[in-house]
Order: sequence, then structure tokens, then C-alpha cells
Amino acid sequence: MSTILLAVIVLGSVGLVFAIIIYGVDLKFQVIEDPRIDQVVEFLPGANCGGCGFAGCRNFAEAIVKAGNMDALFCPVGGNAIVKDISAVLGIEAVERAPQVAVIRCNGSLANAPQKIKYDGVSRCSFAHTLSSGETGCPNGCLGLGDCVESCQFDAMYMDKTTGLPVVIEANCTSCGACVKSCPRKIIELRNKGPKSKRIFVSCVNTEKGAISKKNCAVACIGCGKCVKACPHDAITLVNNLAYIDFEKCKLCRKCVTECPTGAILEINFPARKTESAPAGEDQINQ
Amino acid sequence: MLKTFKMGGVHPEECKLSEHSAIETLEAPDTVYVMLNQNLGAPSVPVVNKGDKVKTGQLIAKGEAFISASIHSPVSGTVDKVDSWIDASGYRKPVIIIKKEGDEWNDGIDTSKELVKEIKASKEEIIDIIKNSGIVGLGGAAFPTHVKLMVPQGKKAEHLIINAVECEPYLTADHRLMLEKGEEIIIGVQILMKALDVTKAIIGIENNKPDAIAHLTKLAASFPGIQVQGLKVKYPQGAEKQLIKAAINREVPSGKLPIEVGCVVQNVGTTFAVYEAVQKKKPLIERVVTVTGKKVSKPSNFMVRIGTPVSVLIDKCGGIPEGTGKMINGGPMMGKAFTSAEITVTKGTSGILLMDENESGRVKEHNCIRCARCTMVCPMGLEPYLLAMAADTANWEIAEQHHIMDCMECGSCHFTCPSGRQLLDSLRLGKNKVGAIMRARKN
Repeated sequence: MSTILLAVIVLGSVGLVFAIIIYGVDLKFQVIEDPRIDQVVEFLPGANCGGCGFAGCRNFAEAIVKAGNMDALFCPVGGNAIVKDISAVLGIEAVERAPQVAVIRCNGSLANAPQKIKYDGVSRCSFAHTLSSGETGCPNGCLGLGDCVESCQFDAMYMDKTTGLPVVIEANCTSCGACVKSCPRKIIELRNKGPKSKRIFVSCVNTEKGAISKKNCAVACIGCGKCVKACPHDAITLVNNLAYIDFEKCKLCRKCVTECPTGAILEINFPARKTESAPAGEDQINQ
Repeated sequence: MLKTFKMGGVHPEECKLSEHSAIETLEAPDTVYVMLNQNLGAPSVPVVNKGDKVKTGQLIAKGEAFISASIHSPVSGTVDKVDSWIDASGYRKPVIIIKKEGDEWNDGIDTSKELVKEIKASKEEIIDIIKNSGIVGLGGAAFPTHVKLMVPQGKKAEHLIINAVECEPYLTADHRLMLEKGEEIIIGVQILMKALDVTKAIIGIENNKPDAIAHLTKLAASFPGIQVQGLKVKYPQGAEKQLIKAAINREVPSGKLPIEVGCVVQNVGTTFAVYEAVQKKKPLIERVVTVTGKKVSKPSNFMVRIGTPVSVLIDKCGGIPEGTGKMINGGPMMGKAFTSAEITVTKGTSGILLMDENESGRVKEHNCIRCARCTMVCPMGLEPYLLAMAADTANWEIAEQHHIMDCMECGSCHFTCPSGRQLLDSLRLGKNKVGAIMRARKN
């Protein structure tokens, strides 16, 4: 009996001594963390996708709390829904942002840009881009090997076998920007979703002269500038033989779409036109 | 005993099909397309405009950066356009297009066949002439020659090594040049020796060219400083560092240049160009190109003007044979497939290889079996399987730590892999990315 008692006393006193030491150390070296960080993390999606520009959700939360506002910080996955919650934690007014979506600015499908060369190397865009100009001859167009699809963490992309081009599933796209980074040809862009998901964009990134780009692809932007003249809102700029529509300025009037001689400008999610048939490219992409 | 380098190396089938066909000088085509990015380093800046009349040998584009070279008009005629043209990579690059009219040469160029033996120019004059003649390394990498000849302060060149190895299978341009222009090459070697202030020069030739070894040995006999060294046939002996190891048994440290061990290496074709520039005042406007392939009806060596479309050369050899799978710019080991015969001859074009589709295709890729053959054949002592894996998984730190930048893309690992793994592609991608990261860090 006394042996048990002795053991209890010895172990109990050892435990007590260590408890006192640990308590002392804890007081001395206490890490004071803003409790709001944990609160913010609660609202974040927890996908650690890196779309915000930080390594993970917690780093993003730390950055928000440190900055005290969300002016330059945005979680594309959580979107406006979490901005309200986080703003409440920080005690600031919630400023909503226009939701965005990834847009593929190339319509060089198998039909529009026929294959001229056979590439038999590693089946990855990053490899193909360093080794050759691609199978269609267009030095800027989609290589169709799906680096973007592989980079997407949200199942928002797939390769369309009939066109050879990637397709963005709008409902799943969180605009994290992983595909934008993965594309070696900088084809994918994040654009505002637009009212009722209606948008207009130039589906081409080819900067070659019109005659050359037209030779490789039927729906290439040839840099003719007709859309620039047609646009009543000054939303279109023409640089290096390539038109670009500024989505902030675009009022979705669709004048450029009718004007474009090659069908390089796409309109998405618009009701079908009554007077004339839809432009050539539209049925290629159903986002 | 025949010398060679110790570490790694492979011996692919030699296939020197065109070694007995004498160099044929091709007439300049009606239109030449002179690319502006012919050399390593910065592209040249054009100094002519549309409509200008140019004479053969006249300066048309100036190399302004430190590592860059000037370009001279290969024909006389009118500048048609300064535009863009497809190059060997398949992308469009700036070009000067000249339409040929007559055959008028720039003043001072000696077009006679007479051999000029006496070297009148001084050391500084030689380097200046080489710089102004736009001479670059004609082995394939096209590194500006004058940069190599300007020995940095505190360093001393002891050996001049002439690279006449031509270890790439199929190519015979240097081989034919040695047999036909031996005298000129020996004078060129003396010019380079004078420019570098060295007394010893070694001409390294692989043993599969015994006629060239015998010919140059005979010609060099009266010059005690010049030694012709036969080398055991092994790829990639024509690489600078491997040749230095083979010829004088010195090892160039990682990331350093040959001058670190007192060597300057010049290609034998470059030596001939140096002779023409210094003794004949003729800038670099033509080079020898081998056009070959197992099914090509007449594998040949041509002396062609820079800017000649490759299709002209192929037509001279009987056109593209049926069943051609790939057209390669360079040799089968290091050359790159090009996509259109519209591309033109540049200063770095050593050969055009038309490969049959049975041979040109890739083999089926299997998993790595860790046999370490790639490590054994790597002439730089790298671990290609590891570097390729790092590049495939975008692990650039690992790739950099394991010296991916030392890889010279010789393709020995890819050639030897029993699993058919596409190591070289991964290594090229890795070098590309790691190089960009390192440059970004430096700035």
C-alpha cells in the first residue's frame, strides 16, 4: 500500500513542478495572435488554391487582419458572399466586386484551324510551347493539350474532343486564376461575368499580321479595326494587330460582333438574334 | 593511343552518307531571307530600309550589344522588305528580304581563289576584322567569335583548340571543308593564334575521318605550333568542355568558360571564315551545309549563301523523299525538327536532315526502371532521370540544386534510355524555366 502511495506522491509532485514551469514559460513566451484571424479563417473556403495570391487561406486571413481592410485583397473562390462576413468581423463596410469567370480567348478549333504539323512530343502545353509553334501553325493559339484543365481544382474545365479546345463550366469556375497561370500562351483571361452572364470578347490572341493569321485560322482577329470604329463606347483598342475589348467599358451593344469580318468576336449567353443567323463561332463554345 | 573524354558519352550510328560528295557551290537564289537573330545573344539591328540598293558583303544589320554579331548582305540587289519570316523554331522572327540583281561585290573584297599566306594584320586588327565581318561559331551554337577572342583581364590563353570533331551523325560539312580547304584552314589557325597570342594549337579530329587527319597533318607539318590530334569516336566530343578534356585533359568548372583553364575553342568552319575575313576581306555571307538522309537520292554538301531557303537545297538533292517523317535542322542528336521548308539557312545551319518516318517517330514511353544508364552516359555527370522528374513536377529548386544549367542538351540520356523516356524534352523545359528564374533573381 505504502509503495503505491509513494509512487502517487512522487509522480504527483513531479507533475506539479512541471506544470508550474510550463505555466511560467507560457506566461513569458505567450504568442499573442489576433483572434480575428481565426474568425476570418472560418469564413474562407479552405481550398488553399492560391487564387488570392497567398500560399493558403490562413496566410490570406493574416494579411486581411493586418491590412484592416479588403481593398486590395479578394478571395475569388468565396466571392462577394464572404466579403460581407469578413467585413463584419473587421468592422468595415463591405464593398462588393463584380464576379469574374475564366474566358478562353482562342477559337482555333479543329475545324477553324486545321492541323498542319504532327507534334509527337510530351502531351503537355508547356513542353509543346517550348519545342514548336504548334500543330496549326498559329504561334499564339491554343495547343489543346490541356495544361489548364489539369491545373483546375474545381472541376470547372474539360477538353472538348470535337473542337480540341478547353471549355469552362461557368457554374463551377471560381475565377481563382490557376488556369490563367498555367497557360504558356496567355490565352485565358479573367473577365467580368457581366449581367445575366452576358459577355462579349475577342476570342483570339494572335498578334501576327492579318494575312498571315488568316492563313492559319478562319476565325483569327486580323486587326482590321472595324470593331474599333463600330464601338460607340470606346471600349475596344487595337494593339499589335489584335483588338481587345475592355469589359469595364463594354455596354454589350453587340455592334462589334456584327461588324467583325472573321467572327473573332464572340457573344456569350445572349438570346438568339431574330433578324440574322448567329455568327459562325457561337455554337463552338457553349459555356 | 587515341584520346577521348572520360565521363559518359554514347556512340550512335555514324551514317556519314555525304562524306564523299565534294562541296558544291550553289548560285545565290533570286530572293534571300536574312534572319536578324542568327547568333546567340541579342538580335542584330537593321541598318538598311526598304528600297535600298545593297552590294554583296555590305553591312545590313549591326550587332550593337556585347554578345551580338553584324550581318552582311549575301547578294547584291534591292531590299524588298524588313518583315517577319518563319524560322527553325516555327515562330516568326524579324527578317530582311533582298531581291537579287546582278552580282556586284562590296569594295575591297578579294573574290579570287588565290591563297594569301602572309598575315599582315596585327592582333587588335584581327579581332576588329572578325567583329566587323560578323563571324560566329559555325558549329551550330553561333556564338559570336570576337567575344571568345577577347580574353578577359587576368586570364591567359595557352591553347587554341580547333574543333574539327563533327561528332553528330550524318553531318559532313566540316569533313569536306578540311579536305578541300585545308591550306586556308591552316592559315586561319595561324591568324587565330596571333589574335590570342598563343603558341600552341591543337586540331581535334575524330578517327572516323582518317583522310582529313592525314591531309591536315601533312599541311601542318611545317608549323611546329600546330598539332593534329586524332580522337576516338564518341558523342558528344564536339562539345567544348568534352573536347578540352579529350585534347589536353583539363576540366572546365561548372558554370565557367573554357578560358578558365587557358583554352579557347573554335570550330574548323569558323577558322575558314576567319581566313576569308582577314585575308580576303570577305564577311561571313556563306557557309557549308550538309543535306542528307537515308532516303535522300543525292546526299550533298553545299556552299550556300546565308538566307537561301532550305527548300532550294532540298530540291537540289532530289526533293523531299516519300515517307519523310521529320525534317531536322542540324544533326539527329542535337538538331531540332522544323515545320516548314520555307525556313532559310542561317549562320548556325550545319545540316538539313530528312528522316524517314520509321526512324523519326518516338518510341513508346514506359516507367523509369532506375537502371541509371542515363547517369552513366551523361558527359556532364548529371542525373538526367532526377532532373527530368524535377522538371515534370515543376520542382525548379531541385532542378537548380542538381545543376540543370550544366546540361548541354546533347541528348545522350534520351538516346540511351531503355524505357524510351523523353528526358531531353523535360530537361529543355527545365533549363528554360530555371534559366528564367535565375535571370530574374539577378536583376
